[in-house]
Amino acid sequence: MNPNEPDRRIAHVNVNVNGVAHERTVEARMSVADFLRHEIGLTGTHLGCEHGVCGACTILLDGAPARSCIMYAAQLDGHSITTVEGLATGEDELSVVQQTFWEHGALQCGFCTSGMLITATDFLARSPDPSEEEVRRALSGNQCRCTGYQPIVTAVLDAAQRLRQAREAAGTATAQLADTEKTSA
Amino acid sequence: MKPAPFEYHAPETVDEVLELLDQHGFDAKILAGGQTLGPLLNMRMAAPEVLIDINRVKALDYQRHEDDGGLTLGALTRQSTLEDDAQMPQRQPLIAAAEPEVAHRAIRNRGTVGGSLAHADPAAEWPGLAVALDAELVLQRHGGASRTIAALDFFEGALATVIEPEEMLTEIRIPPWRNTSGWGFHEFNRRHGDFALAGAMVRLDLAADGGCRGVAIALIGVEDTPIRAGAAEQFLRSQRVDDAALQEAARRAADNVTPMHDIHASADYRRSLTRTLAYRALADAAARATRIPS
Repeated sequence: MNPNEPDRRIAHVNVNVNGVAHERTVEARMSVADFLRHEIGLTGTHLGCEHGVCGACTILLDGAPARSCIMYAAQLDGHSITTVEGLATGEDELSVVQQTFWEHGALQCGFCTSGMLITATDFLARSPDPSEEEVRRALSGNQCRCTGYQPIVTAVLDAAQRLRQAREAAGTATAQLADTEKTSA
Repeated sequence: MKPAPFEYHAPETVDEVLELLDQHGFDAKILAGGQTLGPLLNMRMAAPEVLIDINRVKALDYQRHEDDGGLTLGALTRQSTLEDDAQMPQRQPLIAAAEPEVAHRAIRNRGTVGGSLAHADPAAEWPGLAVALDAELVLQRHGGASRTIAALDFFEGALATVIEPEEMLTEIRIPPWRNTSGWGFHEFNRRHGDFALAGAMVRLDLAADGGCRGVAIALIGVEDTPIRAGAAEQFLRSQRVDDAALQEAARRAADNVTPMHDIHASADYRRSLTRTLAYRALADAAARATRIPS
């Protein structure tokens, strides 16, 4: 190998994870999942099948769900990732979907949970009023061995309803504020 | 389940990709969406020395609804881009119907049309669409030479296409869809998002008197490449299209396949699925077609 050529088996990665910039040098073949777990220390993303079918490794890449087990860290340069650790809205505040999962017992061992949360969060952002059938379809790429799926589906439907109610409340508040401003003008 | 070491390249232009392919030939694999190559690498069913990541070649990610109704796609078009295209159900209804069936959303966010066609899984939806719609596929090589291949001539066997090691699939051209055409799409799998055990994609054009003005019946998951049910199509073209004719066409489609036999389904079961799914897709297409006065 020519000493003046870069070693292309090594990758220099600049990536934003949950709002924090990281710079690492790793083997090009390191998966994004392994990168998150071993280089960044975020072990919420899990490895089940390592070939894209079980869904446990699902993260948001530039805001859209993707399988981190079949993507390589070398590809991350300039991108941003949200992992399950980035879903909570505050130090002591779970996201709506996390909250309903908790309340409905939608997790037991927790292995599929991170992938389920990521998938559900994206799904509800795009389909705010889904039927049960649509929820089941949307989650069909995330496999669970413990719960039998029912409490997960219930939690996602409940989250959908709470998110709609919150949007309606916010919409009403904004409209009321606009009215107040009109009358005082 | 970790890949063997590889040299990683991330070119930004088509020319750079073609140069690398020319340089490395058999030792290199193109990485597009990675939804198929990733598993192969992880399981070490493929161990290329060189990986050419084309995800930074933005010039390959385009989708053009042409004035004549055709659709031109760059090879890097993400499946989810087509799924989310609000114009698709009207302009290319078979594509709109098939996209949500491709695996799962996370796969569709990365997976590309070019990658699906180049990989040529016998049960994948895009190879079936290409064959159903008579698409043309453009292959380029370093030095400027390119060739355009009809979809039916593109697939050679399971996971095998006519693409040479120094070539890259760059563009997919879909002919205009007549809005009077009927369409039908049915595939069968045990879980939503699985590869189809069998699937049928149909385009049907009808005359006012019920005569068949044109038909395409594509089958996926049945043989080792997507196929057109030629005998069924030929029969239907000579018929007044009523339910009996559709049943007979479906029967001929099933009689004329040599189905795969594997752990997912027996040949007999695939043959049975062919008949049922072809009939349902034909029936849907007949119901949707606008009958044109001759």
